[in-house]
This record gives sequence, C-alpha cells and structure tokens, in this order.
Amino acid sequence: MKLFTETGRYLLMLKGMVSKPENGKMYWKEFMHQCSDIGIGSLGIVVIISFFMGAVSAVQTAYQLVSPIIPKSTIAQIVRDTVILEFAPTLVCIVLAGVVGSKIASELGNMRVSEQIDALEIMGINSKAYLVMPKILAALLVIPMLVVVSAGLGILGGRIAGTASGILSATDYTKGLLQNFTPYNVFFAMAKSYTFAFFISSIPAYYGYNVSGGALEIGRASTKSVVVSCVLILMADYVLSALLL
Amino acid sequence: MIEVKNLKKGFGDKLVIKGVDATMQAGKCNLIIGSSGSGKTVFMKCLVGLFEPDEGEILYSGQDLVTMTDEQRKETRKQIGMLFQGSALFDSLTVEQNVMFPLDMFTKDSYQDKLKRVNEVLDRVNLKDANKKFPAEISGGMKKRVGIARAIVLNPKYLFCDEPNSGLDPQTSLVIDQLIKELTTEYNITTVINTHDMNSVMEIGDNIIYMYQGEKEWEGNNKEIIFNKNEKLNSFIFASEFLKDAKDMRMLEVKGKIDNDRNMDELLNSDEDVLNP
Repeated sequence: MKLFTETGRYLLMLKGMVSKPENGKMYWKEFMHQCSDIGIGSLGIVVIISFFMGAVSAVQTAYQLVSPIIPKSTIAQIVRDTVILEFAPTLVCIVLAGVVGSKIASELGNMRVSEQIDALEIMGINSKAYLVMPKILAALLVIPMLVVVSAGLGILGGRIAGTASGILSATDYTKGLLQNFTPYNVFFAMAKSYTFAFFISSIPAYYGYNVSGGALEIGRASTKSVVVSCVLILMADYVLSALLL
Repeated sequence: MIEVKNLKKGFGDKLVIKGVDATMQAGKCNLIIGSSGSGKTVFMKCLVGLFEPDEGEILYSGQDLVTMTDEQRKETRKQIGMLFQGSALFDSLTVEQNVMFPLDMFTKDSYQDKLKRVNEVLDRVNLKDANKKFPAEISGGMKKRVGIARAIVLNPKYLFCDEPNSGLDPQTSLVIDQLIKELTTEYNITTVINTHDMNSVMEIGDNIIYMYQGEKEWEGNNKEIIFNKNEKLNSFIFASEFLKDAKDMRMLEVKGKIDNDRNMDELLNSDEDVLNP
C-alpha cells in the first residue's frame, strides 16, 4: 500500500513541476547552474572510474581467454562492447546515483527543513518547477554526455593497461576495436543513460523535497534515495536489455 | 485587511484549528499568541496558503484564498512578504542576491535599478556593508533583518512574521519589533505576527489573538491584555512566579501609558488604586 502512495506522490510531484516559468531567465540560470553542478562536479570521479574500469576489463578478459586460437584483438573487441553496453551506462550511473543523487536529496531536504522551499512558495514561485525541473533536465542533458566520456575513457584505459602489461600491442587493440562494431550498441547505451539519468535526478528530488523533520531525516532521505535509485537502475537495466537487445 | 471566517484544519482525525474567526487589520501589528501546540503555526500556514484549510474562508481584500485559481493565488502571493522563524535565507546566495531574488523573479528592471532598491531596503532595516556576505557569515539578528528586507522588497500589502524574535537577545528583539512596527505603519501593511514573546506583545500588539487548543480564546490589544480576566490567558502570560510578581509593576506601567504617560513616581505616590482600575 505504501508503495502505491509513494508512487502516487512521486507522479504528482512530476505533474506539479510542469507549469509556466515565472521568469524564464531565472529558470535558465538555474538549469545552467545544475548542468555545471552535475556535469563538472561529477567529471573527476567519472574519469577515474572509467579509466580503471576499462583497464581491469582488459586485464581480466585476457586472463580468461587462454585459448591460443583466439586472436589477441578479441580482447579489445570484448572490452569495447562490455564498456559500451554495460560498464559505461550502468556502472557510471550507479556511481552517479550516489554522487549526484545524495547531493540532490540533501540539498532539497535542507531547503525543506530550513523553510527555504516554503519561502519560494510564499513568493508565488512554483518550487517544484524552479527546484526540481532544472535538476531533471540538467541530468538528462549531462549524464548521457558523461556516459559517452566514460565509454571513451574506458576503452582508452583498456588500451593503456593492455599495452603496458604486454597483453597485446596497440595495433592489435586498434584492430580489435574496429572489428564487428555495431552502432546499435551505442543507441542502446544512450537509451539506458537517459532512463537512468531520469531516475538519478527525480528519485532523490522526490525524497529530498518531501523531507520532514531535521538533520537525521535528511540523511535518511539521502540514503533511501540512493538505494531506491540503484535498485531501479538495475531493474531498468534488465528490462531494457530484455526489450532492446 | 485579512478576514478569516470559521477556519478549520485537521490532520487525520485530529482537528487542530476548530473554527476560528478573526480580522487582521491594515496598518496594524496583528499578533497571534498561544502556548506550543495551540495551533498558531498551523493557523498562520493556512493564512499564507501553505496548508489547505478543511473549511472556512480566508479573505484577502475580500477575495477568498481557498477558492482562488492558481493564477489568482500566485498574484496574491506576490503581495505577501514573510519572515520565517529561521529566516529561510538561500544559503548559496549572498545577502544582496537574497534580497534581489524576488526582484529578479518578478520584475524586468535593470540590474542598476534592482541594486538601488536592494540598497534602499537594506538601509531601511539598518543593514549596511553586508551585501556581499553569505547567510552563514552573519549573526541571527542580521539574518532576521535580511529576511525582513527580502519580505518588503516588492512592497507587499501583507507581512507575515513567524516567531521573529526566536533565538535573539532581548535588545535585538526590541530592535526587530520596532522595525516591524515602523514598516507596518509606514507602508500601511497588514502585519500578522506569530509569537511567544511577551515583550513583543506589550510593545507592538495592536491586535492580539490568543489561541488555546485550536480556538480563539481571547482578542484585544496590548493595553487590554494586562487587565484581562481570562484565566487561560493569564496562566499563559504569567506562567512564572517572577512574572506574576512583575505583573503588578507592569500594570502600573501600562496604566501609566494609558494615562497619557503620566509620571510613574506620580502614579506610585498617588492615592489612586491603580492596581484595580
């Protein structure tokens, strides 16, 4: 029963944020601010994770491919497809659910508890539209970009790790990258990124916006939003894979 | 002017506001007092539209807030300024940006004009040289002033103050009270103040509503409150022995004020029974 209530309130929040902006310029400013916060703010962790994700993927694939009849370039091919299909969109989005999600939930939770959201409402501003919508739109714009960056860096990480440890040469790696490339995989990765980006921004926004109490409740909302986002990401990952692949 | 008719609000099975009628007059400080849990915060949140009442009318210059369309409500809210208990300043914005925020959102003035207006209201609340500071860098009293400046920057017709003196020392409280009083009369604002502070009640209470368990128990002004015969109100006002002892002195003082500020010594030395007017 609680699940239905929460889902209903979540949908009402999404409905409530669709309204004519009081001042388009201010909304644009907030949107750009969120793009910078989510994009630039998460770039560092995305770069580190993606690079090592690709590197580990290359080394472990090589470890498992023991047959001498399989060409070395296959390692690059597996790294490429694994990174594009799964690691870049799913792993990075799970990390972003923690980094971005907890930030959104605690920011809105703090604004709710310190009556800043009430202050906006009293001024005649639709607080859902002003605070939640720019976050969701910014996430939808920036997170797929981060996923593309992540995929590129993952592949680069695989190349550096592969050549540095003598698993395969740079030429073999490049050759493998170009073998049997399916552009549809990129479309699939993007479809996942947009879906996950929506969860990463809207779920924490819901929990943060509806906090009641104090600091303890803000922490709880932040944790809950990350857990729910991660579970939804994994469930959506399965559903999208079953539907689109 | 704000008129409240038969306002009721409950949460679940519990009725918190039990049919309150009240009139908040323009150009006067209308105080809502009562002990914790008496329903005054819920009452104020209903007045500003943060809670939807279950029953009753809230008339802003004759227009019912409850039945207004979203657009009408937005327009009404632009005429409302509110000072929150914790000031509710936006943490990520400077003092100047906080005060400018309503202007940014609702006017198309140039930056220079907006800045001029911001400096005007900051001057009015006696806050200079704090424009570039963040809320975390200023004191509680200064935050309240910034909150007031932000609330009045769009020249509101209605000003709501939730516990304006909470967390402030008596001297700063007095300054904030005087400021609210001056602004109320200067701009003919309908000011509604939710407070526990008896000093505020005595200083600026033009119209006082005492709430008890969700009902309006007593209404009057700061002169009448001292001489009131309502037991519940008296037990609220004179909760401590110290205050009970101080009551007689305060009555003398108020009596003095009523009698056109007659000299206190003269009153005390007179044969007049000032304690039983």
